[in-house]
Amino acid sequence: MADEMKKPYNLKEVVANKPSRFTEGHRMCAGCGAPVVGRMVLRALHEEDHAVIANATGCMEVSTFIYPYTAWTDSFIHTAFECAGATCSGAEAAYKSMKKQGKLPQDKNTKFIAFGGDGGTYDIGLQSLSGAMERGHDMTYVCYDNGAYMNTGIQRSSATPKFSDTTTTPAGKVIPGKMQSRKDLTAIMVGHHLPYVAQSIAVGNFKDLYEKSEKAIYTEGPTFLNVLAPCPRGWGYPTDNLMNINKLAIDTCYWPLYEVVDGVYHITYKPAKKLPIEEFLRPQKRFKHMFAPGNEWMIEDFQKEVDRRWQELLDLEEMTNKQK
Amino acid sequence: MSIRERLSGNEAVATAMKQINPDVVAAFPITPSTEIPQYFSTFVANGAVDTEFVAVESEHSAMSACIGAQAAGARAMTATSANGLSLMWEMIYIASSLRLPIVMSLVNRAVSGPLNIHNDHSDAMGVRDAGWIMLFSENNQEAYDNTLMAHRIAEHKDVMLPLMVCQDGFITSHSIENIELEDDEFVKKFVGTYKPEHYLLNANEPMAVGPLDVQAYLFEHKAQQGEAMKNAKNVILEVSKEFEKLTGRKYGLFEEYKLDDAEVAIVCMNSTAGTTKYVVDALRAKGVKAGLLKVRVFRPFPGEEIAKALSHVKAVAVLDKSDSLNAIGGALFEDVTSSMFVQNVHVPTVNYVYGIGGRDTTADQIESVYSDLLEIAKAGKIDNPYRYLGLRKGDVK
Repeated sequence: MADEMKKPYNLKEVVANKPSRFTEGHRMCAGCGAPVVGRMVLRALHEEDHAVIANATGCMEVSTFIYPYTAWTDSFIHTAFECAGATCSGAEAAYKSMKKQGKLPQDKNTKFIAFGGDGGTYDIGLQSLSGAMERGHDMTYVCYDNGAYMNTGIQRSSATPKFSDTTTTPAGKVIPGKMQSRKDLTAIMVGHHLPYVAQSIAVGNFKDLYEKSEKAIYTEGPTFLNVLAPCPRGWGYPTDNLMNINKLAIDTCYWPLYEVVDGVYHITYKPAKKLPIEEFLRPQKRFKHMFAPGNEWMIEDFQKEVDRRWQELLDLEEMTNKQK
Repeated sequence: MSIRERLSGNEAVATAMKQINPDVVAAFPITPSTEIPQYFSTFVANGAVDTEFVAVESEHSAMSACIGAQAAGARAMTATSANGLSLMWEMIYIASSLRLPIVMSLVNRAVSGPLNIHNDHSDAMGVRDAGWIMLFSENNQEAYDNTLMAHRIAEHKDVMLPLMVCQDGFITSHSIENIELEDDEFVKKFVGTYKPEHYLLNANEPMAVGPLDVQAYLFEHKAQQGEAMKNAKNVILEVSKEFEKLTGRKYGLFEEYKLDDAEVAIVCMNSTAGTTKYVVDALRAKGVKAGLLKVRVFRPFPGEEIAKALSHVKAVAVLDKSDSLNAIGGALFEDVTSSMFVQNVHVPTVNYVYGIGGRDTTADQIESVYSDLLEIAKAGKIDNPYRYLGLRKGDVK
């Protein structure tokens, strides 16, 4: 496995050789980041392996499994909003038990992957996720973070960036959008001391996402992937701008790409030139009010928080690698 | 060969679970059902079962994990009480809609608030429309026997519904009684292995579970659940008959205790039936024709059969160990009386809400109900059909 990871990744080759396990026909919006994430994560599965996918209620679920049609070629289960972690852990426990008892073929592997949006992961599903990770189930939880409750119509979540104009934090005359910074869920998951935690995004040839997905899925034990997945409706960008937004998210260090392997941090992308946060904020309507005259302080405030978190990450990388 | 033992209700259920040897148990501690996962985890720790025990972080996750496990192809079990069941509530409906024959031990306790850890049936009544088969147990023996029969009923191809076995918190869950256990081999053979038709872990036939089910489909899917619930009645009777043949212990949809020639009758569930039988015997000795109808199968509700069984009496009292707070009557009362109405059975029937929050229900109180019934039978009418039994006078205005 380790050797395989080192091989250069050629997207065209992978696409040509591996059939997509998340198929066309789903109803996700054009320009949405989530299906790209779902498809790329599943592409990291070894072809001979079967997968059980648990999905929290959200955009992804209601757009991919509308009775009697499904876009998933693997086994799939959706139960409710807050319990993809627990549902997936139950399926994994069944696998462990049945395999041990000889009730399943010994030569076939099943992998367990849960998908949840930020609402179903940072907020209502946090307990269920934390429980499943702490119990050590052999599963990968993937959060596709679009920074608000998009499925119900763009309400703020604890993943919503500060000052965002959402339907429950409207940028008004007195209160200019959401007044709190976003929760750092990846750090919380690192705090669970999991064997593998990573932050990723779909950029370029998807190498980062593909490789981290493979590591997460094929590292034994509970693993967590947090993947930024922009939403054209909630963020307010033209649908063909998705990949550009993703690129700006990492070049401004708003969404750092890194992995934590057994507690050791590796920042997997350090922009040669760290762009100012305006570059990321400006193309998005949810931040439009920040560019009104007199609101310069909001951009400064935002920049300060991005810088602080980026520095913290650099420090953690240095510290944990020194300890090693 | 039956084995004579002395066990508490919780021990009896845990023993049944050990003998059933389910693939997965996911549970969270809550009084008074805590002992069940506690005993069970000892079986796991000592290698007495093949089960994966998932010590979840909440009851919501307990039911979610059971759903995940059962859908994956496993036999999954859990135990809970009161607020635990309330927290599961969302998943209770999802379990039945996915047609997963999960089996739960519900040790009945008052749902908060205010907080009270003692017995009543408010937890069970909160899920009476959730599409679960609900069996009630008078004593430890019945809790054990109902658990042994549970999978045969729930997993039957005409049913495929989750099932809960109820017993009274503390009153039976923590009381040690004589019990007849069946040996492990008997249980293994009687319960059989679970062979799901479709399951997530079948790599040869991947499946998707839990869709978005829009206007064009949900109605039919709910009606299918309803049909399965109707089918459950016959399956329960078949399984109970087979169980009786093998063990000598008889079970039906309900038990009629000295009811065939009774003039006045009480309808109740769980442990109160034991107290009522004692009172019936005492009254019979005095020449009073008292009888009892003890409901075992609350869901599916055997309305037609109950109405028929009560049709010859002169007055009926339905005892509800949960107040529906609806100014009209408890859940069991509503089911019994509407069944009687539909079956054209017109017997004066009165409702007593009793035993709330573990309030002790004495033989004297039960006797007072029969006295009331004798008066009602004589008068042929009821002044106040919605009453309390054992409520302290003066505190409620």
